[in-house]
Amino acid sequence: MQAEEKMTLEQWPAAPERQTLEAKNKFLGFWFFLGGETVLFASLFATYLALKDKVPSPDHALAKDLFEIPLVFLMTMILLTSSLTSVYAMYHMKNFDFKKMQLWLGVTVLLGFAFLGCEIYEFNHYVHEYGHTFTSSAFGSAFYTLVGFHGAHVTFGLGWILALMIRNAKRGLDLYNAPKFYVASLYWHFIDVVWVFIFSVVYLMGMVG
Amino acid sequence: MSTIAQKKGFGATLWDYLTTVDHKKIAKLYLMAGGFFFLLGGIEAMVIRIQLAVPNNNFVSAGFYNEMLTMHGTTMIFLAAMPILLGLMNAVMPLQIGARDVAFPFVNALGFWLFFFGGLFLNLSWFLDGAPDAGWTSYASLSLASEGHGIDFYLLGLQISGFGTLMGGINFLVTIINMRAPGMTYMRMPLFSWTTFIGSALILFAFPPLTIGIFLLMFDRLFGANFFDVAAGGNTIIWEHFFWIFGHPEVYILILPAFGIFSEIIPTFSRKRLFGYSSMVFATVLIGFLGFMVWAHHMFTVGLGPIANAIFAVATMAIAVPTGIKIFNWLFTMWGGSIKFTVPMHWGVAFIPSFLLGGVTGIMVAAAAADYQYHDTYFVVAHFHYVIVGGVVFGIFAAVHFYWPLMFGTMLNETLGKITFWLFFIGFHLTFFIQHFLGLWGMPRRIFTFLEGQGLETGNFVSTVGAFFMAAATIVLLINVIVTSVKNKKVGVDPWGDGRTLEWSLPSPPPFYNFKQLPLVRGLDAFWIEKMEGRKRMTPAEPLGDIHMPNSSFTPVMISLGLFVAAFGVMYREDYAWGLPVIIIGLVITFGSMLYRSLKDDHGFHIHKEDLQDDDKKGVEA
Repeated sequence: MQAEEKMTLEQWPAAPERQTLEAKNKFLGFWFFLGGETVLFASLFATYLALKDKVPSPDHALAKDLFEIPLVFLMTMILLTSSLTSVYAMYHMKNFDFKKMQLWLGVTVLLGFAFLGCEIYEFNHYVHEYGHTFTSSAFGSAFYTLVGFHGAHVTFGLGWILALMIRNAKRGLDLYNAPKFYVASLYWHFIDVVWVFIFSVVYLMGMVG
Repeated sequence: MSTIAQKKGFGATLWDYLTTVDHKKIAKLYLMAGGFFFLLGGIEAMVIRIQLAVPNNNFVSAGFYNEMLTMHGTTMIFLAAMPILLGLMNAVMPLQIGARDVAFPFVNALGFWLFFFGGLFLNLSWFLDGAPDAGWTSYASLSLASEGHGIDFYLLGLQISGFGTLMGGINFLVTIINMRAPGMTYMRMPLFSWTTFIGSALILFAFPPLTIGIFLLMFDRLFGANFFDVAAGGNTIIWEHFFWIFGHPEVYILILPAFGIFSEIIPTFSRKRLFGYSSMVFATVLIGFLGFMVWAHHMFTVGLGPIANAIFAVATMAIAVPTGIKIFNWLFTMWGGSIKFTVPMHWGVAFIPSFLLGGVTGIMVAAAAADYQYHDTYFVVAHFHYVIVGGVVFGIFAAVHFYWPLMFGTMLNETLGKITFWLFFIGFHLTFFIQHFLGLWGMPRRIFTFLEGQGLETGNFVSTVGAFFMAAATIVLLINVIVTSVKNKKVGVDPWGDGRTLEWSLPSPPPFYNFKQLPLVRGLDAFWIEKMEGRKRMTPAEPLGDIHMPNSSFTPVMISLGLFVAAFGVMYREDYAWGLPVIIIGLVITFGSMLYRSLKDDHGFHIHKEDLQDDDKKGVEA
């Protein structure tokens, strides 16, 4: 069976993301990659916790002065919803419904951009209202590195999903590109999980002191 | 098809290697580049030893000595030992498990080129702003104070090559899980494949902390962050933690494959199956696991407190148990065997007592209370050279001789090999044994000279003499390689005559698709089983059919080159106006190449059954 062969709904297997050896390798390899990414973010979380509220002088803003729950709660909801829509997209991928998959991926990307917009606004707000910058304190360095790394991951994910959508817009699904869509959605879920931890560890714990 | 490659001109060969995704060719690239950096690191070591040969020497200045010392450690660990081992894994592991290639041939090539450009970037520091000078550990309090761009070369160079290593680790993990030949269960897998497997898992979990540590230090040095700046609320100990959370597993990433190599060589030349195979596997896994629990033993004198020190001391000593199991298993493998003293076996036999000495001093420095005495002296230098040279470098020398026919189709000269061995073995103990005592007599690490009349003259002079022996040994090895390559006397299947595992059932060197038909594995030492039953080749597990192969690609070089270019921009951003545009150009090259790779379909190609049968007639067998 050739991976690039045109297929029909009847031929479409139950697990199109793991049909060929290449796809199986990609599937497993991507899980390992996410394992490495987990350690990467764990290191950043550890750094953040070690340097939280560590500022050179008392007039610097601390976590409890900076964070406001409404905005980050909105961002959390946006990103969680985008994870849900990417699940819908994968549901349609498994049912060989290319158009609906593209539609839901499109919604996912839009939500991703909305999240990114909020984050840019948020950073801008901290810099201009509180003078809390990357270079102002160790706390600032750790905060922007952790949350910014996540933001960079979101940006990369958006570019990735968009590239896949545009590249495959005309040819539809086959066993060659199904695993590509699948691992991109795995990546998106991973970003979402990391955000849940950022929301808890950085923002919620930041509010309680 | 495999015969065509030998008739190409230089340009075509170069292009072939720049675009190759074949694990056997990538292995050669790793060996060549790693070998080059090994020579470079060796020259740096010689400079260190010449400077320390006599008291009050001024062969090099204090500042230049710091650069030499830093680059010696960094080069040997990151650019010599790791890549040579990755090269050996590439050359041997897929053949050992009966696979036609690794899981991600493209990523494999990318991993090599990232390492290569990272290493190149690091070494360009010699010609640009001076080399890094804060030691290979580059502790933040020291490296933040370092002038010039030396440390930045270290950070950016290691970051780029570290990405490559991480990819290599993931690649080997997936290869071993998904691509073993029919019948090759985990508990039938040769030990070198097992150690590759565990070593790769260590890479996957140990390199990300280094990546982050390097990012933080880079942000501090180049982008005004304050992670390690105590005045701005930072904490300099964070670097030490990240470095050693990476650094300690790193020594197991180095030593486990060496253990694997000796677990192949010792049974082969004892002509007896490995004693205690399952306990060897168990010990490997346990060492890999414990390797993550002991990093703070590098930081006993930092002041983490007696409880932390005690826990890490006990965890460290616990590693002696699985390592001891391995030592006994190797001895029992030889016991009662019909031993043939080939060059690889010389290294194997010499490895056991040499490495054991390093292990014993390891227990000594693991005792936290006593470590306050050993810390930062030549005792520690002696300890880690005994494990790294006596373990890893002995393993590499052994493997180069052992697997040379498999990689190049010709045998290295045994007599020259034995000369290399004796020179190196004597030189090694001459250099490093005395350093234990130098340390105990009070000689600190990382000093560029010492005074007369403190009892350090003789010891240092002996040590330097030993270093020249090792240099001579390396030169003899190079002569051996040249002589052998010029003669190029071809050998056939199973060149040592005692091969036990799948890789020896193939022609030397194997055809580019490795196995024409995947072999059926019926037990541990699969090829040995077939030979004992009178067969000359493996029983195929599948009918002859088309073989799917990946396409060559130049994209890995482009992705790596982009990061190499961007690194210059990042470093000179504040000094020159061209910094920012160069960052953008570099990242555009990298991400553009990644996008190209993602968007351009690459289905590979098929070797047709008929062509495989043609190969048969030409005498190329699989």
